[in-house]
Amino acid sequence: MHHKTLADIARGLEQKEFSSVEITKSYLQRIKQLDPEINSFITTTEDQAIAQAKQADEKREKNNATLLSGVPIAHKDIFCTDGVRTSCASKMLDNFISPYNATVIEKCEAAGLVMLGKTNMDEFAMGSSNETSYYGPVKNPHNLNCVPGGSSGGSAAAVAAGLAPAATGTDTGGSIRQPAAFCGITGLKPTYGRVSRWGMVAFASSLDQAGPMTQNAEDAALLMNIMAGFDAKDSTSSSRPVEDYTANLNASLEGKKIGLPKQFFTQGLDANIEQSVRDALAVYEKLGATLVEIDLPNADLATPAYYVIAPAECSSNLSRFDGVRFGHRCENPVDLEDLYKRSRGEGFGEGVKRRILIGTYVLSAGFYDAYYLQAQKARRLIKNDYLKAFEQVDMIAGPTTPSTAFALNNQCEDPVTMYLNDIYTIAVNLAGLPALSIPCGISNDMPVGLQLIGNYFGESDLLNAGHQFQQNTDWHKQLLARSMR
Amino acid sequence: MSLDETQVNNIAQLARIEINPADIRQYTRDLSNILSMVDQLQKIGAENIQPLSNPLEQTQRLRPDQVTESNQREKFLQNAPLIEDGLFLVPKVIE
Repeated sequence: MHHKTLADIARGLEQKEFSSVEITKSYLQRIKQLDPEINSFITTTEDQAIAQAKQADEKREKNNATLLSGVPIAHKDIFCTDGVRTSCASKMLDNFISPYNATVIEKCEAAGLVMLGKTNMDEFAMGSSNETSYYGPVKNPHNLNCVPGGSSGGSAAAVAAGLAPAATGTDTGGSIRQPAAFCGITGLKPTYGRVSRWGMVAFASSLDQAGPMTQNAEDAALLMNIMAGFDAKDSTSSSRPVEDYTANLNASLEGKKIGLPKQFFTQGLDANIEQSVRDALAVYEKLGATLVEIDLPNADLATPAYYVIAPAECSSNLSRFDGVRFGHRCENPVDLEDLYKRSRGEGFGEGVKRRILIGTYVLSAGFYDAYYLQAQKARRLIKNDYLKAFEQVDMIAGPTTPSTAFALNNQCEDPVTMYLNDIYTIAVNLAGLPALSIPCGISNDMPVGLQLIGNYFGESDLLNAGHQFQQNTDWHKQLLARSMR
Repeated sequence: MSLDETQVNNIAQLARIEINPADIRQYTRDLSNILSMVDQLQKIGAENIQPLSNPLEQTQRLRPDQVTESNQREKFLQNAPLIEDGLFLVPKVIE
């Protein structure tokens, strides 16, 4: 059962090969059996899942079902789920039972998707190894000694291991694409504002975006049809009409121009990864696309700009955790200040505190112009580079990550070295563009991801390009066959 | 740009985060390393570039000034660490 894609499951349910209750139980059973080792879930919601599955089966019996009614899914534990713990993998929210659903959760429920549980992640989505979770690290299903990437590492590992047919994730600097690449699955970070941020615990609000993590591009399109759309509750939600993301999957790539940023193929890129990416690009050439070298002259500003803007917004967003209204509260505070300081000192992990401190510093009086304003200027330059590139090409391609999944507990002493994991992904968030990561090879016995970056609201083009690649290669299937034991 | 331990303690005070004195050295080193990396931004200089705060350059949408939420006080208070008579409790602020 667990090798089925969303499309397979939808078909099986429609043709009454199995019921939603049956397939839901089979996933819950696999989670029970395999997840103690992988640790991809923080919370499983068995009773609720079976109740939702029964409801979906009844709807189908009455011919009231929609396409994905009764199909199981896992949600990253950053999405608020009514009546279910929403921890964000932090001690701070260990006891937080959300009183409401995120819009993404509402939309998934309305579409009849069955929630299996909440997946593990880096604490407050800050990290790229999943080792900062309060609930312990997630293991990469391809090699249990390696990290799954982060921050949506639990979602990526759950899909790769066949513990859920698909999952939701969020991406602030690469948190969907990097774990998708590390675990050999497909992950889409949509255009900023395409998917509602309401009810998604905020990290950096001008960068955060939710998206699907799936076995292939077709499934990502199916989930985008559910997740995307205007939401009055999200003040930066786009009102642009939503298209049918499956409509364009089979379009020809003949005549498409794919830009290769010369800054993405330089020193620092693992030679085997470069070879896998070049091989993938050759497939696109065979499908009729033309490769064009492009220049993103301000690419080197992305990392410094990101590590000012993301912590600045983080320090502001996380000021809500005060030990008063919800979340962790220290024992026996002597006064209000002691309550704030110890609740926050105890509730947040090291990486979160480090970001809050950096953010507080760069926003503080006297330093704002030198850091925050300067980073926003860099952000403009980065965006302009991409706008210029898209005058010339239809999409941009390169590796998702500079290396494959690294070993657990190998965390660099120096956070700056760790940040270099994100060099290919963060500019996309700064510019607000959509990008897709699809598996395109194996290096050092671990999956390699190809990143395709699209123009604003070009999700459909990206999914088309991803689907065409997956129709003409079988990396996505080979890799899933390795990771789904 | 590098920071000293006094500065880091001041930042922690601004952020209302208690830092274990044994960890202050590590934080000082990490924060200084991050700020040195971030210093690359200075090469842009003081050029006249319009700062970008929202990637789609959206402006904040306004909504009609109407009540849309129902009162869910009891539900919301369930997550509070300490309450009394429907109110959040904090240590005494006014003598």
